[in-house]
Amino acid sequence: MKSNVIPGFGTTLGITLLYIGLVVLIPLSALVIRAAGMGWDAFIMAAFSPRVLAAYRLSFFSALIAATANLFLGLLVAWVLARYTFPGRRLVDAIVDLPFALPTSVAGVALTTLYATHGTMGALFGHLGIKVAYTPLGVIVAMAFIGLPFVVRTVQPVLQDIDAEVEDAAASLGATRFTTFRRVLLPIILPALISGFAMAFARGLGEYGSVIFIAGNFPGVSEIAPLLIVTRLEQFDTAGATAIAAVILAAAFIMLLTINSLQKWHQRRFAAG
Amino acid sequence: MRKERWTIGRIVLLAAALLVLVVMLVLPLVVVFGEALAKGIGAYFSTFGQRDTLASVRLTFIIALITVPLNLVFGVAAAWCVAKFEFRLKGLLVSLIDIPFSVSPVISGLVYVLMFGLQGWLGPWLQAHGIKIIFALPGMVLATIFVTMPFVARELIPLMEAQGTEEEEAAVVLGANGWRTFWRVTLPNIRWGLLTGVLICNARAMGEFGAVSVVSGHIRGLTNTMPLQIELLYDGYQAQAAFAVASLLALLALVTLVAKALLEAQPVGARDA
Repeated sequence: MKSNVIPGFGTTLGITLLYIGLVVLIPLSALVIRAAGMGWDAFIMAAFSPRVLAAYRLSFFSALIAATANLFLGLLVAWVLARYTFPGRRLVDAIVDLPFALPTSVAGVALTTLYATHGTMGALFGHLGIKVAYTPLGVIVAMAFIGLPFVVRTVQPVLQDIDAEVEDAAASLGATRFTTFRRVLLPIILPALISGFAMAFARGLGEYGSVIFIAGNFPGVSEIAPLLIVTRLEQFDTAGATAIAAVILAAAFIMLLTINSLQKWHQRRFAAG
Repeated sequence: MRKERWTIGRIVLLAAALLVLVVMLVLPLVVVFGEALAKGIGAYFSTFGQRDTLASVRLTFIIALITVPLNLVFGVAAAWCVAKFEFRLKGLLVSLIDIPFSVSPVISGLVYVLMFGLQGWLGPWLQAHGIKIIFALPGMVLATIFVTMPFVARELIPLMEAQGTEEEEAAVVLGANGWRTFWRVTLPNIRWGLLTGVLICNARAMGEFGAVSVVSGHIRGLTNTMPLQIELLYDGYQAQAAFAVASLLALLALVTLVAKALLEAQPVGARDA
């Protein structure tokens, strides 16, 4: 027992459990029970129709590509913020969290305007013959925006903690900078990179607000899975919405478990190192 | 800190990182303010003279005013029992607090429709008693609480864990009761972290889109928050007005980020001691 003099354990634990129970657990169980009560055939029909499968595929692969892009872009930003001192570094550091703080509908309309044919970025890509807004590429752009801070914020503290001596030792033993990065730094930051990637990926899977404006939402082409839940609800097809939600929720929890075990692995590696 | 030399490699990496941040984060922000002011300052301000838009601003504030204090009480209670005591299944409790992070916002709204909607568990009973939760303020508050629940707790738990329990134990041994210990000893120690948590929670509460969208019903002038009003205006080809509303939320995001950066830059003595 860490402490038994301090009062308030029962009260605070009680408040915490009551709140989580009422706000999160009971409502989520409503979803699970409703989905379970649908019957197998009805569930499969609603959750795995061709249009829904196309939406899962789009959400999955867009989130995967966006998170992969963020793996590299996030590492680059984390590296620069952790290693270099330059004027305005604090400001740059603060702006990284923008996707956390900016409402998703604001991000959605801004990205759409930016990447539409007449927008700054849209015109740039237009010259290359690439259409971004209202295509699956737009979905990826929005998910990349939303996911960037996850990679930066998981990798940056790890990079900051690495002793400069480790690299100096590698260099003094004759390692090139690239070898030092690959053989010394990369193994240390790899767990953080993977955690950040997984978090960005999970966020992309469930993302709604920033995506629906730029996606154009063409069924089977640029329609993401969370949007289909909304569509079903608007058609008063509560069962259909529930079935799709159950699948997305299950996928999210599998991701959560993966992230948690990655973080435990990460902590063990650090404790050992 | 070792001495930094600005080699070409470093300059290239720094420039690349800044380019990534400008393209991915700064440009969307520039678009928001640029489009909001595209028709001049008069048009910008006349947006906020519209009754529906004003109503959306008011509703957004009302929801945040209810949501943030509740999540603040929960966050402090959760952090107190998690950080000051050891108990079985603590890891599980912390995972439960994190659940809303991994649930798609659309699902966060849907679960309340399944509970309180017309086809939901309590729907018929609520209707018989003339109580409206879905497509009304209570549902929007609940959905916002769900989404923003972890923020204060997440900010406080690591902070209070790092501070340990000695000061509280001393206070209790000297005869202070639980409340007094909290107000006089714990609160001064965690005040900056608490403020950061509240600011982030507030920004997310005011900006929540997906979850609130599902339970709102989008009744003009009645159940539209600012993020929903942005969608309504944008889809109604009133882009300038949409961006004017968006600019307020973007401003809120920027203020939140700057305040967070300033709070985190508090000297260690004031923040963590």
